[in-house]
Amino acid sequence: MTDSTSQSVYVYEKPVRLWHSLNALIIVALTVTGYLIASPLATVDGEASDHFVMGTIRFLHFAAGYLLAIGLIFRAYWAYAGNEHARQIFMPPLLSRDFWQGVFHEILWYAFLVKEPKKYVGHNPLAILFMHFVFVWGTLFMIVTGFALYGEGTGQGSWQHLLFSSWVLPIFGDSQNLHSWHHLVMWLIVCFVLIHVYVAVREDKLSRQSMLSTIVTGWRTFKDDKPVDDMH
Amino acid sequence: MIETFYDVMRRQGITRRSFLKFCSLTAASLGLSPAFVPKIAHAMETKPRIPVLWLHGLECTCCSESFIRSGHPLAKDVILSMLSLDYDDTIMAAAGHNAEAIVDEIVEKYKGNYILAVEGNAPLAEDGMYCIIGGKPFVEQLKYAAESCKAIISWGSCASWGCVQAAKPNPTRATPTHKIPGLADKPIIKVPGCPPIAEVMTAVVAYLLTFEKLPALDKQGRPQMFYSQRIHDKCYRRPHFDAGQFVEHWDDEAARQGHCLYKMGCKGPTTYNACSTVRWNEGVSFPIQAGHGCIGCSEDGFWDKGGFYERLSDINDFSIEANADAVGGTAAAVVGAGIAVHAGLTALNRSRKTGANQTGAEQQ
Repeated sequence: MTDSTSQSVYVYEKPVRLWHSLNALIIVALTVTGYLIASPLATVDGEASDHFVMGTIRFLHFAAGYLLAIGLIFRAYWAYAGNEHARQIFMPPLLSRDFWQGVFHEILWYAFLVKEPKKYVGHNPLAILFMHFVFVWGTLFMIVTGFALYGEGTGQGSWQHLLFSSWVLPIFGDSQNLHSWHHLVMWLIVCFVLIHVYVAVREDKLSRQSMLSTIVTGWRTFKDDKPVDDMH
Repeated sequence: MIETFYDVMRRQGITRRSFLKFCSLTAASLGLSPAFVPKIAHAMETKPRIPVLWLHGLECTCCSESFIRSGHPLAKDVILSMLSLDYDDTIMAAAGHNAEAIVDEIVEKYKGNYILAVEGNAPLAEDGMYCIIGGKPFVEQLKYAAESCKAIISWGSCASWGCVQAAKPNPTRATPTHKIPGLADKPIIKVPGCPPIAEVMTAVVAYLLTFEKLPALDKQGRPQMFYSQRIHDKCYRRPHFDAGQFVEHWDDEAARQGHCLYKMGCKGPTTYNACSTVRWNEGVSFPIQAGHGCIGCSEDGFWDKGGFYERLSDINDFSIEANADAVGGTAAAVVGAGIAVHAGLTALNRSRKTGANQTGAEQQ
């Protein structure tokens, strides 16, 4: 593959791209509705039977939560079924020396201490680390705690309570703590999104490979003919 | 021979008709089918009553106060006559050494057969010197009584979780029953609440005495029949929550209309208790019905979570007073500012580079 430097490489397969865009929408929906559950909109007048504001917001949150969970299960399956790039964020090569050198290089690159960025077909090592630990584990945390909170409502005997609430609640001690942690990690995901978008735009402008067009079309193109750094 | 519950009741002047009424009431409050009524009646007629040793540690006696106000007068009379309250330092007649001798007597006489009810908790700091009963630290009395008991009931949030005397920084190291090191390994029923609902307390005792086994407990050791649902799940103001009708100030129209107290920090959505169904004082009312949000008094750590009138809990782990929005919002703002600075530096770096290139080109 080292001779494919000036050519395009098909990196993100269609299911990954589709999941990525839907997942982005779901995260926005979950963040907005989740925030409104903790800090509800202004009160509405009239009879209670005429309105279902909070009920609708909570329904959207729960529905989006189910989609997030199903999406992650699908995405994890695709890490197995798809190409090698689909696996990257799930299995960071934490034991590889090259990987950590790559991480270090990327840190220097973001600290303006190296002039030349490296050239990657897939994610750069720092991105892999960031997506794995913040995005994958963060999302998993939100799904588990989210279902545990949902199971409190569906009650004992429901599968949500049996699979999640029954063991998650004792870990956090009580429901209020669980709510607080679910809320805090939402902010972690918000920070992830901010950095993720900024870095994608910045890399698109400064690095030696395409970023934004790649997640739309799936094809990675390169700006020069030098050999890539993450090919085997 | 020890008297049966029925004997005691008859002696107290309770008719058989009233006795059977009590049995069906107890069955109903325990969530049992009518088929259990004769079983309860039979048990009460034939079984000798089990003595209950009621100890008091660091507490405010609100559990006792609640208990003696058990809603149904008949239930109260019956339970009080069922309980062999030889030792309950709040209401017993004996005092001093005579009173303390009763503890030894019960422990010796009913070894392995009595129920140990603990109200309040034991402070462990300074070898337990912050709570002295009869000249000895309470923790020693508790361990001694627990050694030969059948089961332990942790009355209230003090014995169950620690409650206000265990609030940070907990100078006396007040410790809930199940966390006391070296306590005999006995089944513990937690009946949290500050205080617990009277009917919940009497029902738990009635269950123990009639069935001679523990009621079904949840993962945190609370009787499922009373602690398996949140106040919010059965709150009569729930329709206002779903509609999005909230009290925003204590004196607004929504408060007068009796709308949901969620925004006023009501902890109903995170509190497992039976207040919204059983209610208090013979079913007259409960905090939310009286217009005040639930403070979550039956939940672990409710005393250390910031204002009762805030929706979001305080997070004390950062040694600052903040809630999830303050911490998370600050983090997002810092990340946003960091991105702005980084983007600015990137632009500066780039223009310097292109500038240098241009100068280079001009020189050539």
